[in-house]
Amino acid sequence: MSVITLAREFGTSELSTFSVLYRILVRDIKVALRRQSDVMAVFFFFIIAASLFPLGSGADSKLLSAMAPSVLWVTALLSCMLSLSRIFASDYADGTLEQIMLSNQPTVLIVLMKLLAHWVLSGLPLVFVAPLIGLQFNLSSAELQILAISLLMGTLALSLIGSIGAALTLGIRGSGVLIAILVLPLYIPVLVFGAGAVNAVSIGMSPNGALSLLGAVLAMALVFAPLASAAALRIALE
Amino acid sequence: METKSGFNWFKYASPKTFYPVAGKIIPWCAISAAVLIVYGLYIGLFVAPTDFQQGEGYRIIFVHVPAAWFSMFLYLLMAVYAGMGLVFNAKLSYMMATAIAPTGAMFTLVALVTGSLWGKPMWGAWWVWDARLTSELILLFLYIGYFSLQAAIDDKNRADKASAVLALVGAINVPIIYFSVKWWNTLHQGASVSLTQAPAMAAIMLKGMLIMAIGFWLYSIAVVLIRVRCEILERDNKAAIFKQGL
Repeated sequence: MSVITLAREFGTSELSTFSVLYRILVRDIKVALRRQSDVMAVFFFFIIAASLFPLGSGADSKLLSAMAPSVLWVTALLSCMLSLSRIFASDYADGTLEQIMLSNQPTVLIVLMKLLAHWVLSGLPLVFVAPLIGLQFNLSSAELQILAISLLMGTLALSLIGSIGAALTLGIRGSGVLIAILVLPLYIPVLVFGAGAVNAVSIGMSPNGALSLLGAVLAMALVFAPLASAAALRIALE
Repeated sequence: METKSGFNWFKYASPKTFYPVAGKIIPWCAISAAVLIVYGLYIGLFVAPTDFQQGEGYRIIFVHVPAAWFSMFLYLLMAVYAGMGLVFNAKLSYMMATAIAPTGAMFTLVALVTGSLWGKPMWGAWWVWDARLTSELILLFLYIGYFSLQAAIDDKNRADKASAVLALVGAINVPIIYFSVKWWNTLHQGASVSLTQAPAMAAIMLKGMLIMAIGFWLYSIAVVLIRVRCEILERDNKAAIFKQGL
């Protein structure tokens, strides 16, 4: 969507905050869907990368099912990370981001909408495809269920935390590798609790503890990450 | 910003007034750091008795433990300065944060290396995925992220602010990471290796360790102030200080 149409939409001041936020969400999803190959690339990266592990380690089904939670989680984490730069980059390049930031709506909520849109197209698909890949790794149905639930919460947390890295590295040369260095250490708790929940099921324990902690990390990220991202965006646009 | 009491807290927040003051503090800190570290090492290597369980190998803790303390303390301090920079928009705070980072990373590396040197004879392995070792490694990653971000941004002003935000985010994450790694550790390997039930420490060992810690602290102050002075000169090379020929 061009800057002009956006200006037309946001220029009318009678729009309520809610409807502005809703429009940003819909717009971001629409814009991303116009470049379907980008969206699909993340999706296929996840499938291909996860399929490489059995080729590297041999097809012993016991070994595979023991590895599966960590392999699927690390792969999901990497594919979420690969798409991070897209949250703000194209809007930054054509000036749309500046226009949006100039609007009279709270930046934090705008940022939250933008990364929700990112999550819908990069994190959410993984939740649906991961159980299929899990079947290849010989996971039981109980494990697959917890895998999907942990990814549902975890990928949202990854998008939230990752958006900080994306905002900090906006418009910097070589930002792709830099995002990885900034964001991966921060991803560790999500990985530990997410893969931990699935691991707990496979050794016959309750996954509730790990899932609750994952939920706690998600709740914290939901509050703090948009604040930090909005601050980082203001610094980048100064 | 004149306060009623007549003392201006922000006086030394200006690089120009801070530069000479820092210059006067540095030699005192450097000399006392050297004295204390030598004395601490003397206690650690010669005075402290041999441990009945670990033999002579335990003596590495006189370097390892203070280094680990400072790796974490300096990260926190860096985040505090970064936060002060963002709140007061004070250049000197950013410079302090920038100057603290290399020393903090150095202590992290020292803690990791000495930890693995200690681990080889004690645990029989150079590296064990113990909660403390792992979170120390992650702390090193956080420092590396801070450096990389700062190095990647050419505009000094933006580099300061962006890395300050990163330092704050990292500081919030440090305890979360520590506990996640700790719980991960208990899930994965049971209580095979436990550092928490350390045997009661002899008073002389504690004394040696505290003296080393104070020595490291003074060393950090000296090195950080030297680095801040360089940073001030680098940034305002047309400033009055430079013309004075300092």
